[in-house]
Amino acid sequence: MADVRIYVPGDAAAVSVGADTVAKRIQQEVARQKIDIQIIRNGSRGMFWLEPLVEVETPEGRVAYGPITENDVAGLFDAKFWSGGDHPLFHGPTEEIPYFAKQERLTFARCGVIDPLSLDDYEANGGLIGLRRALKMSPAAIVDDVTQSGLRGRGGAGFPTGIKWKTALNTPGDEKYICCNADEGDSGTFADRMLMEGDPFSLIEGMIIAGRAVGAEIGYIYLRSEYPHAIDVMRSAIDVCKATGLLGDSVDGSGDAFHVYVRVGAGAYICGEESSMLESLEGKRGQVKVKPPIPAISGLFGKPTIVNNVLSLATVPVILAEGADHYKDFGMGRSRGTQPFQLAGDIARGGLVEKAFGITLRELVEEFGGGTHSGKPIRAVQAGGPLGAYIPQTEFDVAMDYEALADAGAMLGHGGIVVFNDTVDMARQARFAMEFCEIESCGKCTPCRIGAVRGKETLDKIIAGEDRTENLAILEDLCDLMVDGSLCAMGGLTPMPVRSAVKYFPEDFGG
Amino acid sequence: MVVILNNLDDEPIHRICGEHGRRPDELIEILHTVQKEHGYLTDAALRTIAEALNISRAEIHGVVSFYHDFYRAQPARHILKICRAEACQAVGSDDLAAYAERKFATTMGDKGAGGQIGIEAVYCLGNCALGPAMLIDGKLHGRVTPERLDILAETDLSSGEARNG
Repeated sequence: MADVRIYVPGDAAAVSVGADTVAKRIQQEVARQKIDIQIIRNGSRGMFWLEPLVEVETPEGRVAYGPITENDVAGLFDAKFWSGGDHPLFHGPTEEIPYFAKQERLTFARCGVIDPLSLDDYEANGGLIGLRRALKMSPAAIVDDVTQSGLRGRGGAGFPTGIKWKTALNTPGDEKYICCNADEGDSGTFADRMLMEGDPFSLIEGMIIAGRAVGAEIGYIYLRSEYPHAIDVMRSAIDVCKATGLLGDSVDGSGDAFHVYVRVGAGAYICGEESSMLESLEGKRGQVKVKPPIPAISGLFGKPTIVNNVLSLATVPVILAEGADHYKDFGMGRSRGTQPFQLAGDIARGGLVEKAFGITLRELVEEFGGGTHSGKPIRAVQAGGPLGAYIPQTEFDVAMDYEALADAGAMLGHGGIVVFNDTVDMARQARFAMEFCEIESCGKCTPCRIGAVRGKETLDKIIAGEDRTENLAILEDLCDLMVDGSLCAMGGLTPMPVRSAVKYFPEDFGG
Repeated sequence: MVVILNNLDDEPIHRICGEHGRRPDELIEILHTVQKEHGYLTDAALRTIAEALNISRAEIHGVVSFYHDFYRAQPARHILKICRAEACQAVGSDDLAAYAERKFATTMGDKGAGGQIGIEAVYCLGNCALGPAMLIDGKLHGRVTPERLDILAETDLSSGEARNG
C-alpha cells in the first residue's frame, strides 16, 4: 500500500469545475517525482465552493486544499502537500472547517470520506452494521424500528416511512417491490446525486433492509438521465455487491434473495411523482394515476410496492445500526432526525448541510451560506424546489421543519434552498413557475395542463401592465382551481411559488 | 402492393430488444440503447421494436413523444444542454443561453434539426451550487460564464467527431 493517500473527488459537481484534470495532473506529477502516493476518487464533502477539494491523509487526520485548479498542482507539490504542507489554499483539517464541523451528518456520514466503490472502506466506516442487525430481526421488528425513529419521506411529501412499510408488509402479495425514487428533478437539489456518487452502498443497504422488512426480493432505482455520473457509480456499486454476495439469491449468506436494478429516466420532471414513476418503470408514458389505491397496496405491476426517496432509504441503515432513539433524538416536534439541506443559486458557500430539523432559514443562508456569491444583497429564497414558496428576508427566521414551514405557507420539499439577489424580477419568476408546469405537466388532468398555460398568459398580461388588478384576481382564482382540482402536486403546488411571489413582492406586479 | 417491413437494418434492433428480454417494461431502456447506437429513433426502428415487444406502434409513439430525451430526427453533431431552472437562473443562465444562441447562430430547442451545434434547455443537472451548469455532449460543466463557454467551445466543440448529447 502506498504511503500517502490523496483524495480528489470524482463527484459530478467537482468534475464540472475541473477535478478530473486536477487528478490527472497530480498523477503525472506523482509519476515524475516518483513519490509513493495513492489517489482516491472519493465523493464530495459537499463544500462546493471549495471544489475541487483535494484532501491528504496525515497522521493528524485529513487536511484540505481547495479550490484547486490544474495550475495550482505544481505549487502543491512545491509545498509538499502530501505531508500536509502549508499553501495559500490550505484549510487545515477538513472536518474542522466550520461549515463541516457544525453539521450533524448521519445520512451523509460517509459521503466524501470513503472510496465510493470500496466495500471494505464502507464496512470500515460503519457500513453493513444495520443490515446485519436487520437480518436477525423479524420484518415487523424492522418496520417498528423505522416507525419509532420518526423518519419521514425525504422526497418532499414527508409521509412517515414506517407507516408506508407497515402497509406493504401487511398486504399479501406473491411479489413485492422496493422502488427508489432517484428522479431528483427539483432545481436547487443535489443531495440524492451526491449520495449516490459518494456512498452508493448506503442506498443499496437501505433497499435490502426495506426488502427484508416488507418481503420484497426486487428493487429498482429510477435514476434520472440528467445524472450520468450517478448512473455509472450506482451500476458499478451494484456489480460490486453482486460479486461479493451482498446482492443475489442469498443476501450476505442469509438465504433471503434481493436484486437491484437501475432504470434510467428519460427527461420528464413529472416522473418524480410516485405514480408517474411507477408507470415509467413499467415502460409507459409517465402519467399520474388516481390514488387510491396507494402503491403500498397496489403499485408496480399491480403489486405491493414501497416507493421511497434516495435519502429516506439511505438513512435506514444508520437507524438500524444506532437504534431508533438515536435518530429520533435529533430534530423537533414531529420532524425527527436530520435533513440534508442544499444551498444553491447565488450563494457564496453553496453545498450540502445536514442538520437536525429546526435550524432557521437565516442560519442556513447567512451563517452557512455566507450570503450571495455575487456580493449583491439577497432579495428572495425559493425553498423546496420549483413548487416551493419564494420567501423574503423578513421571513428568514422560520424554523426548517415540515410543520413550521407549512404554517408559513411554504414547504420543505426535498430540502433545496435557492438564493436570488436583488436583480431578480419576481413577476418573471412567477411566470416561470407556470411555464415550467406547462412544459412538464403530464397532461392527465385539466387544471394542471390548461391552468398552467392560462396562468402563464395571465402573468404575461400582468407583466405588460394590462388590467393588472383584474388579471391578478383571475390569477388568484386560477391558483385556487389548480390547488383544488389537480391530481398531483405538480398542478397542485405550482400556485405556491406564484402566490408567494405576489404576496411578498407586490411591487414587481405593479402593486 | 407488397411492402417489405423486414430488412437487414432490423438485426441490431432485434439484438437490443433481445438483450432486454423483449420485455415491454424495458421499453424506455431499449429506446435509450437504440438511440445511443443510432443517434435517433427512426420510424423503421420503432416499427421493429413494436414487433419485437409485441406492443402497438401507437403505444411506442405515446412513450417516445412523452419524454424529452428522445430524438425522432438527426440531432446536431454536438449538443449543449443548458440548465434553465431556478438555481441557474439565479446566477445568470438566461444571459448565458442568449449568448450561446447568438454565438452558435441557432435557436434553443430546435431538436433534431441536424447541423453542427444544437442547444437545448434542461431543467436541473444537480449542479445547483456551481451554476450556471451545462452539459456539452454529456459532459457536465459548472460556473459557465460566456467567457468560459468561449474556452469550452475551443476545447470541446472544435472537433468534427459526432457524439450524442
